[in-house]
Amino acid sequence: MAELRLDEVSRWYGNVVAVNGVSMRIGPGVTGLLGPNGAGKSTLIHMMGGFLAPSAGTVTLDGARIWANQQVYRHIGLVPEREAAYDFLTGWQFVLAMAKLHKLADPAAAARRALALVEMEYARDRQIGTYSKGMKQRVKMAAALVHDPPVLLLDEPFNGMDPRQRLQLMDLIRRMAAEGRTILFSSHILEEVERLAGHIEVVVAGRHAASGDFRAIRRLMTDRPHVFAVRSADDRRLAAAIIADDSARSVQLTDSGLRVEAVDFRRFTWLLPRVARDADVRLLEVSPADESLESVFSYLVSS
Amino acid sequence: MNATIAYITFRGMLGRRRALLLLVLPVILLLLAVTLRATGYNDLTASTAVLQRFALGALLPLLALIAGTGVIAPEIDDGQIMYVLTKPIPRPVVATTKLLVAAVLVLLFAVVPTLVAGMILTGDTARLSVAFGVGVFAGGMAYCAVFVALAVVSRFAVTIGLLYALVWEVLIGNVAPGARKLSILQWATSVADSLTSATAVTSEVSLGAAVAFLAVVTCGGAVLAAGRLRTMPITGAE
Repeated sequence: MAELRLDEVSRWYGNVVAVNGVSMRIGPGVTGLLGPNGAGKSTLIHMMGGFLAPSAGTVTLDGARIWANQQVYRHIGLVPEREAAYDFLTGWQFVLAMAKLHKLADPAAAARRALALVEMEYARDRQIGTYSKGMKQRVKMAAALVHDPPVLLLDEPFNGMDPRQRLQLMDLIRRMAAEGRTILFSSHILEEVERLAGHIEVVVAGRHAASGDFRAIRRLMTDRPHVFAVRSADDRRLAAAIIADDSARSVQLTDSGLRVEAVDFRRFTWLLPRVARDADVRLLEVSPADESLESVFSYLVSS
Repeated sequence: MNATIAYITFRGMLGRRRALLLLVLPVILLLLAVTLRATGYNDLTASTAVLQRFALGALLPLLALIAGTGVIAPEIDDGQIMYVLTKPIPRPVVATTKLLVAAVLVLLFAVVPTLVAGMILTGDTARLSVAFGVGVFAGGMAYCAVFVALAVVSRFAVTIGLLYALVWEVLIGNVAPGARKLSILQWATSVADSLTSATAVTSEVSLGAAVAFLAVVTCGGAVLAAGRLRTMPITGAE
């Protein structure tokens, strides 16, 4: 049972606070670290991986301090976001070198096992520089898994992957978690986190905004006022019909159509077509006006 | 010393275009020696000038700069250093291994060419080639330690290293004689001076002081690099 623990962790760079008083515990299973770009996810992972000293607070693995403690790397595997591996080595040479650096008893066997785990044996003798993005990600994963660590940290592992590679990696992460490992991965995409993580930690603007299973987070994110831009054949009549129904809080007539503030996301998307049909107004366009992740997250923080 | 780190570093240094960079200066030195020998201009004065000005004064600092920063700076810039730092390996071992690789490269691409060029130019006269071989080796170790430490401490290691080698050692050394006492080049010259009977080789620093300075700088560089690696943050680009 490996548990990562953050206690009142802050990190600042000069005057800029990147992480602000975050406390969390991460246990076995898959935990998703969700937040918009620039929220401090990487800073958090870097502190968990011992790359950065927390400016305040402590980061520990099963009670052992992580910063400036090389011994924790026996228990942690880390897949960095940055793509660069040693491009001039072949996949096999790279993973084998990592096994040797860990001083494993049988580095060759460990490297074979790790490459098999990520299904990269077929390309093991090619130089990493010739790999696709997904292959690089997998060989980095093999390097992180070579010493069979109970804790695995992945920084934006799905970035730049095509859907097939994404599925493969999700499958692999699930298998790793089923073996009882503690896995933390960061992402700024809710769907990714939702599909993979049993537990979600949300960070926004350096703060710990929410924590729980994906249903709770999902509800927090969808049960909030949504603004939609609507264009129709007769905006005025549609506005009256929407106002008559109580699914919207306000309707605004603009040059480019209606701006509707819906009370309930699901209910509104379900109701709007019926309201339009009953009022005999043809809908031309319905689009969410504030679906940017930042606005979703800023709502989360303020609530 | 860690064999795996050394292997990766050698592969990185010799497998890419940087290897050509390492080869250019030694090839020029050897061509120069062969040409002088063939045309009969290889008297002791000319030979000494080549070894002192070119081998020791130009080839060594530049090569040590390429090797010393090259063994670690690209890995820090591109982030691969984390693959080495996230292993249960003491940081001093990482630092000394990098330093050792740089030293071996200097040995191969500066010391050996200097020895060979000396032999081509003077044979065994006044033990000139051996003297400069040893001088280049001793200076090379100190240069490497300084440049490896610089590469760990600053992202502008190459610039700072060049400024040191060109501005401090050459320019200021010529204008202000006092500065010459604090110069790896002068210490290395002192070592060479003590081993040859050629009178053209002189240094303002006594052998004892030179050896002591060289030892202190070499060890100091290694310790600084190791200490800095221990607490080096690998800041992500967020």
